[in-house]
Amino acid sequence: MALLSVEGLAIGLHRGGRVTTLVEEATFSLEAGEVMGLVGESGSGKTIVCRSLTRLLPSSATQVAGGRAIFEGRDLLAMTEAELRLVRGRRIAMVFQNPLSHLNPVMTIGQQIAEPLRIVEGLSAREARRSAVELLAQVGIPDPKARFDNYPHEFSGGMRQRAMIAAALACRPTLLIADEPTTALDVTVQAQILRLLLDLRDRTGLAIVLITHDLGVVQQTCDKVAVMYSGRVVESGAVRPILSDPRHPYTARLLASQPARGVPGAPLPSIPGQPPGLGEAMTGCRFRPRCLEAHDVCATARPPLTQVRPYWLSACHRADLPRVIA
Amino acid sequence: MTRTASVVMPPVHWLRLRWPAPGALRAGSVMLAIWFAIAILGETITPYGSIAQNLDVALQPPSWLHPFGTDNFGRDVLSRVMAGTRLDLEMGGLAVLAPICIGSIVGVAAGYAGGLLDAVLMRIVDVTIAFPFFVLMISVVSLLGPGLQSFFIAVSLVGWVSYARLARSRALVLRSAEFVLAARSLGFSTTRILLRHVLPNAVVPCIVFSMSDVVLNILLGSSLSYLGLGVQPPTAEWGVMIAEGQNFIQQAWWIDLFPGLAIVLLAFSFSLVADGLAERLGKGG
Repeated sequence: MALLSVEGLAIGLHRGGRVTTLVEEATFSLEAGEVMGLVGESGSGKTIVCRSLTRLLPSSATQVAGGRAIFEGRDLLAMTEAELRLVRGRRIAMVFQNPLSHLNPVMTIGQQIAEPLRIVEGLSAREARRSAVELLAQVGIPDPKARFDNYPHEFSGGMRQRAMIAAALACRPTLLIADEPTTALDVTVQAQILRLLLDLRDRTGLAIVLITHDLGVVQQTCDKVAVMYSGRVVESGAVRPILSDPRHPYTARLLASQPARGVPGAPLPSIPGQPPGLGEAMTGCRFRPRCLEAHDVCATARPPLTQVRPYWLSACHRADLPRVIA
Repeated sequence: MTRTASVVMPPVHWLRLRWPAPGALRAGSVMLAIWFAIAILGETITPYGSIAQNLDVALQPPSWLHPFGTDNFGRDVLSRVMAGTRLDLEMGGLAVLAPICIGSIVGVAAGYAGGLLDAVLMRIVDVTIAFPFFVLMISVVSLLGPGLQSFFIAVSLVGWVSYARLARSRALVLRSAEFVLAARSLGFSTTRILLRHVLPNAVVPCIVFSMSDVVLNILLGSSLSYLGLGVQPPTAEWGVMIAEGQNFIQQAWWIDLFPGLAIVLLAFSFSLVADGLAERLGKGG
């Protein structure tokens, strides 16, 4: 059974008695020890989907409107706040994009890593300190004993991200949600952090949801991928088949827009137009206005997520056709 | 984006002030250290007793024997200024403690919780601010009698509001700070997040303000003593000394000048420290 299986997750924004649908039909699943890339452009709903799993939505106006998210056999969306608090950090931990603003400026790095150990695992101050130093060493921080007493501003960007990963992993969660963990870092550090995440996965059997908008990163690090467009998952499945033979035109166009695929000197291919706003209502396929292969049916009927092959879903009326990546 | 508005916090690290500190902080700290030394040593280092009268030398201008002159009872003004330091520092310092504690807790609670609690607490703040302080002080004095005790009670009743407003405005920002989200994602309880993550950050501007507040309290305490509502003569206290010297201002300016200067200098030292701290703790403070 899957570690996490999200089915038809919908999220609505309640404003002045009206409900705007931000996300619907978010469907994906993940086994223990797997890394899944959640890909999409800014505003496609990647972050909000992941935050809704542990109910850390930005405001009380944003609420889950439907669907299921079965994690270790229990529906996260049906849990009470008190039950969820036992899931956060202990079973599902998060790592964020900007490590500096996600670390408390007035606490030392060590204190912040020891804190979950002390309150969740009930370790004594000395034991927590020892474990925290071990964790710092595990995430590759040199001289962890001395670094324990540093404040976040005394760390470099890459080290802060390592420290945040250490804090997230302190209580040995089974699922780590990494929300663009490398976007704020430079390329060499990016590679180091990704390698660290994979390494931790290999050692501890951690499952990872990696939110990113970099398909290159997905290709290198992920086992599975879910592509989101305008609040919907449009394609999901194993990385290799999807990235070599995408069945949704949006995935194909995203792949074509990668700089690495471009011809040197030629202008980068892009997808003309803008995605519809998250709350904007539309009949038919939301990608239709930008799709080169749109048919009449695409304007009237919304394509459901259908199985193309086993474990491979695509939300396109013409998912049976192979796409040309160009 | 679907993310909450990102809040960039200045790096605040008041737990670890490093030397060399900015000039203002350093100068202010040195001056304060001298004041504290005088306050602690008190009568042991004064050249004469602070209430020892010697009518033979009444109303003498500053001289080598009496650098600050003597008052109408022949008491040495320098000794009285030095002896008064402890009282005035106490008035300033102790009167800040209760307000900063109450104020920052109320402010953080209001700002973080928001909604009804925020509205109620902030209306209480408004009412308290609107109430004239001297009327309150006089009513407390009429209940408890004049003295420092009444002063502390009256200041505590009123002083917390400034801290509450400061802490609230900070807590409003911190509520959506990303490290608070990170703390929630680790499954920490709201109480823990408030006490360990929000309060220590929200209290920073309060600490900076408390330095100026000390000054205000010293001035307030002195003026109350001047009005006869605070410290009572013959105790050496700067406000009392100025009140007593007022009758002799024509013949003996030194009786009033030196305690007045002491108030200004002590206030100046605290202001320097406040400025230096504000700079050190980030522009957001």
